[in-house]
Amino acid sequence: MKYESQKVALGYFVAAMALFGIQVLGGLLAGWIYVSPNTLSEILPFNVIRMIHTNALIVWLLLGFFGGAYFLVPEEAEREIWSVKLAWLQLGILIVGTLGAVASYLVGIHGGREFLEQPLWVKAGILVAALIFLFNITMTALAGRKTAITNVLLTGLWLLCLLWLFAFVNPDNLGLDKMYWWYIVHLWVEGTWELVMAAILAFLMLKLTGVDREVIEKWLYVIVATALFSGILGTGHHFFWIGTPGYWQWVGSIFSTFEVAPFFLMMSFAFVMVWKGRRNHPNKAALLWSLGSSTVAFFGAGVWGFLHTLHGVNYFTHGTQITAAHGHLAFYGAYVALNLAMFTYAMPMLRGRAPYNQVLNMVSFWLMTGGMAFMTFVLTFAGTIQVHMQRVVGDYYMDVQDQLGLFYMMRFGAGMAVVLGAVLFIYSQLVVRREVVARGKAMAGEVA
Amino acid sequence: MSEILTKSRARNVFYGGSLVFAAIFVLMTIDSHRYIVASTETEKTPLTEQVVLGKHVWERNSCINCHTLHGEGAYFAPEVGNVMTRWGVLDDPEAAYQTLDGWMAAQPSGIEGRRQMPHFEITPEEMRGLAEFLRWADQMNTQSWPPNDAG
Repeated sequence: MKYESQKVALGYFVAAMALFGIQVLGGLLAGWIYVSPNTLSEILPFNVIRMIHTNALIVWLLLGFFGGAYFLVPEEAEREIWSVKLAWLQLGILIVGTLGAVASYLVGIHGGREFLEQPLWVKAGILVAALIFLFNITMTALAGRKTAITNVLLTGLWLLCLLWLFAFVNPDNLGLDKMYWWYIVHLWVEGTWELVMAAILAFLMLKLTGVDREVIEKWLYVIVATALFSGILGTGHHFFWIGTPGYWQWVGSIFSTFEVAPFFLMMSFAFVMVWKGRRNHPNKAALLWSLGSSTVAFFGAGVWGFLHTLHGVNYFTHGTQITAAHGHLAFYGAYVALNLAMFTYAMPMLRGRAPYNQVLNMVSFWLMTGGMAFMTFVLTFAGTIQVHMQRVVGDYYMDVQDQLGLFYMMRFGAGMAVVLGAVLFIYSQLVVRREVVARGKAMAGEVA
Repeated sequence: MSEILTKSRARNVFYGGSLVFAAIFVLMTIDSHRYIVASTETEKTPLTEQVVLGKHVWERNSCINCHTLHGEGAYFAPEVGNVMTRWGVLDDPEAAYQTLDGWMAAQPSGIEGRRQMPHFEITPEEMRGLAEFLRWADQMNTQSWPPNDAG
């Protein structure tokens, strides 16, 4: 860590990890209700638990991005953050808003547009926090060295915050409501967030592999170009069946097929950089998470996304457990794992420890990744059966669900592994201070 | 390769290309906006105050976090975008209201081992709105999705 003000990232990462804990516990509870449906049904219904599960995920990922930006931009711009106080104020607003949203969900106050259920004052708070962030980070970047990594990161974050304005637009016409809703949901996760992801990945590759900046930054521009060229019109794959014109079926199918490209490139990028790189960075766990993130993102977002993105296929799979399978692995690979890679890289510096091998952290990687992979497989099997019985044969929804019990039990087991992994990760970041396994001779003396 | 595609060229392609695709997207959105309004707010299916009230009832109770509506939402409870067709009451507002009201009044079923729909505080006027909203949504042109009445 070169700049004192980077320390503010620690606050963001700790808050993010706390919400990460809440998110996976909420998920585990929701998974249990699939197995044992009467659980808490009168006190805490499924819809409230799911709101907490999805909202906590989104907010902690954003906190991770903000914290990551506060850590990364000073190093890239070669100067301190414009205002540390504003950064803390922004974090305070986000925490108050998050706690307020969770509390109001628990007492039954919420909206009903999926993922945008926050009460209006929380939405406004998020907007204020986003504006503070944009101002603060842009001032930092403008005054310092401009690199491709900061350019792309800031482009992504600016567009992300601007798109948030659509959270305030709720047309009375359901068709319009749905169409503009995707302006946030799709253009975040399959557009602007990919820019943030690619920029952070490029930063990590730069630090971990020591490959020449010129090479890394050229890759970065190519990756984000493919992301937006495919992703913007790829929004069409959500416009197949919601009252939008029929031409979206072809536009959506074709462009979203190309959405595999940026994820394939990010995976290739990460592996090629590691092969090319001569630096033997001691933070092996950060490298594992970086490679793991780009690989799982390729499978979760790329392969599982393509699996049901063609309109002829989606006609049958739309809104089934296939969608759930894809959603889980894509979010885990692309955004959860990438954030955890950044935490893993930055935390030893933020907490004033020498980088070390982080064995517990690596164990948590395999637990979480194994759990998510297994969950994705069983949900895909459940979804395949559901598609056949419900969409092809025409059996009623609940009759079909009754046949899927075994898969939901296995999904719960997979969820247990993920929660265990998440707890282990948080423990390894916040509590452990010493090496668990002594470093080998070959590694000794190499600190980058 | 490295001589043809320099970093600054890659950057220009990224910014220029993205602007072009964003512009196309905005134009297509404008067209889609018009299409949606023209095809849903018709003489046969006007966007009445009741429908709008029903949409707010739908939102206030966060139905979307169990059900799907035109395939979007949670996957914990049945699709409701075509529920009025499934119940056979699509063209009969009174029967739609009665059926919906009866269904909601019977929840939660309390049956062991069966997913539970919560009890919701909804006035008769709001319930009529909700029924009208679901009837209206059922009549949207969803390109013949879902494949069958099971939703």
